[in-house]
Amino acid sequence: MRFRTRDGIVRAVSELSFSLRRGETLGVVGESGSGKSVTSLAIMGLLNRATTDIDGEILFEGTDLLRLSPSELRKIRGRDVSMIFQDPFASLHPMYRVGAQLAEAVRAHSDVSKSAAWDRAVELLSAVGIPNAKGRARDYPHQFSGGMRQRAMIAMALVHNPDVLIADEPTTALDVTVQAQIVELIDRVKREFDIGVILITHDLGVIAETATHVMVMYGGRSMEYGPAHEVFNAAQHPYTWGLLESMPTVEKRLDALVPIEGSPPSLLHPPSGCPFHPRCKYRFEPCDKKVPPFVPIPGGHPDACLLPAERKREVWATQISRELGVVP
Amino acid sequence: MLLYIARRLIWTLVVILAVVLVTFLVFFKLPNGDPALRFCGKSPTEECLSLTRHRLHLDKPFYVEFGYFVKNLVTGDEYGWPGLGYSYGTYVSVREEVIQRAPRTLWLIAGAATIWLLGGVAIGVLSAVKRRTLVDRFAMGFALFGISAPVFWLGLMALFIVWKELGLTGGSGYVPISNGVLTWASHLILPWVVLSLLYMAIYARLTRNNLLETLGEDYIRTARAKGLGERDVIFKHGLRASLTPIVTIFGLDIALLVGGAIITESVFNIQGLGWLAFNGAITQDLPTVLGVVICTATAVALMNLIVDIVYAFLDPRVRYA
Repeated sequence: MRFRTRDGIVRAVSELSFSLRRGETLGVVGESGSGKSVTSLAIMGLLNRATTDIDGEILFEGTDLLRLSPSELRKIRGRDVSMIFQDPFASLHPMYRVGAQLAEAVRAHSDVSKSAAWDRAVELLSAVGIPNAKGRARDYPHQFSGGMRQRAMIAMALVHNPDVLIADEPTTALDVTVQAQIVELIDRVKREFDIGVILITHDLGVIAETATHVMVMYGGRSMEYGPAHEVFNAAQHPYTWGLLESMPTVEKRLDALVPIEGSPPSLLHPPSGCPFHPRCKYRFEPCDKKVPPFVPIPGGHPDACLLPAERKREVWATQISRELGVVP
Repeated sequence: MLLYIARRLIWTLVVILAVVLVTFLVFFKLPNGDPALRFCGKSPTEECLSLTRHRLHLDKPFYVEFGYFVKNLVTGDEYGWPGLGYSYGTYVSVREEVIQRAPRTLWLIAGAATIWLLGGVAIGVLSAVKRRTLVDRFAMGFALFGISAPVFWLGLMALFIVWKELGLTGGSGYVPISNGVLTWASHLILPWVVLSLLYMAIYARLTRNNLLETLGEDYIRTARAKGLGERDVIFKHGLRASLTPIVTIFGLDIALLVGGAIITESVFNIQGLGWLAFNGAITQDLPTVLGVVICTATAVALMNLIVDIVYAFLDPRVRYA
């Protein structure tokens, strides 16, 4: 995915490949600028067509979303594929009642009366755990608390029983206690509505809670992608190792946090070879020359690293898992 | 809410009083011709002068004159309510003049305001939606022209081309509706367009900028993500949020035109309130000027109140403040 900008071409995403099934929660992890949000915007067709070049395909139940016309895409947005965003306060229109905004979502894809749409809105607000939904629906967004707003957004996304729910950093703008509630709500919704969830976040803790699969992104590329238990218990990529090590835990006492040295790469002028190599502790000779192919290792899952498979397993078993206290 | 309105109305009166006081001060501090002289004709006698001065309270300090004025304002004088006295120059009741002139100005404003609001917002929306295209460039170029072209030049050009050369409209001067709506309109159409041009340009730019900014907000992204059509996204979501500053300015612009459309009224010889005030000012005719000033001040204060109410209606976040 390339964006044409005044400063040049930004290579937002390169060689990305993943899939999602019902009942799965794909946790997409990465730093800012890793391409995770942009990927979901591309799925929804919310990118500016005039300045964006996308190669490849996005298959939804057999249909390539990239080949659809804007009006066809519009039918899918909000009905089959829904998205919720990071800041629920900014994402709701401040001048319309919450119930009205939900009812609007209902009428966007089905021809029902205003009162029927309003009833459905109240029904969904109640389903996501908002007390006194009937009264609250008449409130404006600024009268809701942060957690309630996010619940309302989730309700709005579920109006048409979508098949896919994309949640872009749904908990980042919320208090920690509310975060847990929202994560749990999304999980419950996934099971009750039997949908697939793409959960984008930079918070590994949230991923560990609910993801069935994990994709680690960096510099617009997928670094590692596999079932959650494999990625957490047998991580293969040095970047993932760095992420896991940098997470402080309650169990261990630390004198200093362990960050990954350096900063994310510029997507205008990406580094040669592997995008992570400038910051990688394990880099060796070919890393700055050859872009690592995204391939699985035997007995494991796909990753984009030139290290030999045995070396990856060795490092994990001897160093990383020890430090993390993970039983291999 | 009612308490709020009542409070605002009282405050309005205070503001009007303050404006009148300032006008009074200006008149008394300016080097002026003696109004009494003007009243007494070409060869004034001492008797006439002193009588006039006494009647007009010119021999007393200004606060006494001010006091008399306010009293007359509130209780009315021999010409009716409110007591605005009579013109120093023409000896005609100011109230009479104002009542006669006001409708012309009000019609002028009404027509122009409608044109510039609808036109300006429409152009602004078009520009914003098609930004950086030829349409946008043209629209903003037109806006620049509208803001830069002096009103008197525009007015004269318009009169010359459309009336004199093309004969499409009525000429200058005001024709009341009673003479037929078409004639009335044909005399007003050019002043409407000319007066509205400047404001239309400003509003087009304002709408364009506000809308562009609004369209970058997160809730617009949500609206699209819901599957709303682009038309709904722009008008229901985008425009609604961009309107509040426009509404605020609109109220004020209208109010200020009540006594302020001096150039337009002069060029087209519509003898409205602006024209009246201007003539009064050059002839040092205090009561007339005061009469128009009070009209404008009242209009401004009233429009402020209305605009505030509309703003609260549009933006629920403001309501409980």
